[in-house]
Amino acid sequence: MSKKEWPLWEIFIRSKAGLNHKHVGSLRAADAEMAVENGRDVYTRRSEGISIWAVESKDVYASDPTEADSLFEPSDSKVYRHPTFYDVPDGISHM
Amino acid sequence: MKDINISELERKFQEKIDKDIKIEPKDWMPDDYRQTLIRQISQHAHSEIVGMLPEGNWITRAPNLRRKAVLLAKVQDEAGHGLYLYSSVETLGANREETIDDLHSGKAKYSSIFNYPTVSWADMGAIGWLVDGAAIMNQVPLCRCSYGPYARAMVRVCKEESFHQRQGFEIMAQLAKGTPVQKEMAQDALNRFWWPSLMMFGPNDAESKHTAQSVKWKIKRHTNDELRQMFVDATVPQAELIGLTIPDKDLKFNEETGHYESGAINWDEFWEVVKGNGPCNKDRVDTRRKAKEDGMWVVEAANAYAEKRNRRKSA
Amino acid sequence: MSALFEYIIRLGDDSLILGHRMSEWCGHGPILEEDIAMTNIALDLVGQATSLLNYAGDVEGNGRDGDKLAFLRYDREYKNTLLVEQPNGDFGTTIMRQFLFDAYRKPLFEKLQNSADKQLSAIAEKSLKETKYHLKHSAEWVIRLGDGTEESHQRIQESLNTLWRYSSELFYTDEVDAELLSQGIITDIAEVRAEWEVTVKNVFEEATLHIPTNNWKQEGGRKGMHSENMGFILAELQYMQRAYPNMEW
Ligand SMILES: [Fe+2]
Ligand SMILES: [Fe+2]
Ligand SMILES: [Fe+2]
Repeated sequence: MSKKEWPLWEIFIRSKAGLNHKHVGSLRAADAEMAVENGRDVYTRRSEGISIWAVESKDVYASDPTEADSLFEPSDSKVYRHPTFYDVPDGISHM
Repeated sequence: MKDINISELERKFQEKIDKDIKIEPKDWMPDDYRQTLIRQISQHAHSEIVGMLPEGNWITRAPNLRRKAVLLAKVQDEAGHGLYLYSSVETLGANREETIDDLHSGKAKYSSIFNYPTVSWADMGAIGWLVDGAAIMNQVPLCRCSYGPYARAMVRVCKEESFHQRQGFEIMAQLAKGTPVQKEMAQDALNRFWWPSLMMFGPNDAESKHTAQSVKWKIKRHTNDELRQMFVDATVPQAELIGLTIPDKDLKFNEETGHYESGAINWDEFWEVVKGNGPCNKDRVDTRRKAKEDGMWVVEAANAYAEKRNRRKSA
Repeated sequence: MSALFEYIIRLGDDSLILGHRMSEWCGHGPILEEDIAMTNIALDLVGQATSLLNYAGDVEGNGRDGDKLAFLRYDREYKNTLLVEQPNGDFGTTIMRQFLFDAYRKPLFEKLQNSADKQLSAIAEKSLKETKYHLKHSAEWVIRLGDGTEESHQRIQESLNTLWRYSSELFYTDEVDAELLSQGIITDIAEVRAEWEVTVKNVFEEATLHIPTNNWKQEGGRKGMHSENMGFILAELQYMQRAYPNMEW
């Protein structure tokens, strides 16, 4: 890291209680407090959030897109994980 | 062997684009695609940031508290837009500060409209209405751009832009129905900003060298002339509604096509301003460079403090 | 002129003039993220000035609203402290001015929440939320700059040395305060000052900054006697209203 700039952070925002934190973008900050405060000022100017996570971008370990086939395709065949795989007799509504 | 791989990758890449599958940062992409995006997105980011200055001029002189708060919020949004865009440039492997240094050295361009001065309060109205209006025309199609991070940044930007154009139009409408002095101020601002706003869409299609490839890559969805036409068609009736006159004596409505036909744009002026000979090019870039240079000690101090604290923590 | 009007004007003018100063940064911040943060603070202050000056107009009952009060008084009628009208200087000076002010405003609004005056307590409650955030932001920056590099330490110590003389006026009181105190509208400023002193001492300690030993005081703003800066501020602030009188914008 050059002395002349701050590290990059990824910002995640929970828009309201009960929802997941969602990635909204990135920004630069010298430390974690600043990253959270900047996250508030940059990404919640229109009350878009109630909670913020900041993760330094260098700490994000991402999957390799060229391995996407082997990582994600196997689950395509595991249809039994999805509720629509199962027949439910007529007359049963909430399941 | 390697060549075959590349053309195979390129074929697959174009296939994804054709199927409207978004390209994400770590996906393979042709180098030209990457460079085109870096150039376009960083220029767009610079435009947002330089664009803060002409309007920022008037924050301390806004005529009442409501207008002052609105203008502050609006100019601040532009800083936010710049930031969203710089962060999408960084996903392409470019470095934000380096692209900013290119702006400061004159290597990188930004929208030439911001090289015109803001000399009256009515210019706040004209900019919101026309410049943000033209920006929206340009940006809405970019929400569907093939590059994921750019498209997502544009969705955010477009949501915020609608208030910008409205506040500008409100200022103009208020002036147009005000005293004769106010109406004259509004008309004068329209006179000065109309033609530069039309130039914002860039050169005529025949002259535009990047368009065809960008359309194929779905970075661009419409040509410059198409967008310009949409803007004129949308804006002329708005001016009529508030009783202002578009400063184009050749402007006429074509009943057959359903479109307005404009007079000729002064492209010599456009190229001069792009080259650096607009009224404010030097001021704008100098101001931005100064902000960065004056802030350098702050950036360094925060880094030094963060390092010290980390050391203390681990000690 | 009622004591309540005068008191609200003092609060409102502090917000108005500091908001004006903060807004001068918009587009010129040291880094984009901080530009946005400073504009947020400016926006909060302009919002506070709007509520306070509108309320002052209501209290006065002469048909002046927040805009009339903000844009159409003579310099001697503005009652902000000298501190808030001081020039922005470098980023450190702006931060130091903001910190000295926030450390006073936070306990002040905390106390005013319990004011016998319902409107004032409502404004204080809303403004307190904003002010807590401003204080966190300015205090963190004072610490970063104070304990950052040698250059930043020197610069911000210099800013503190310059601004310190204006801090005592934050606690200025006169017959206006005495009257409102007796009516339960405000509390004793000594409590606010005690909290301010603790905050300032703790933050400066962490920032490795020294409180200046020169205790010479500069006061006058609360009585309408301003520094040379004020005329320039008003020339910009009032430009439109003075050049184009009696128009709607
Ligand atoms: Fe924008
Ligand atoms: Fe834009
Ligand atoms: Fe905008």
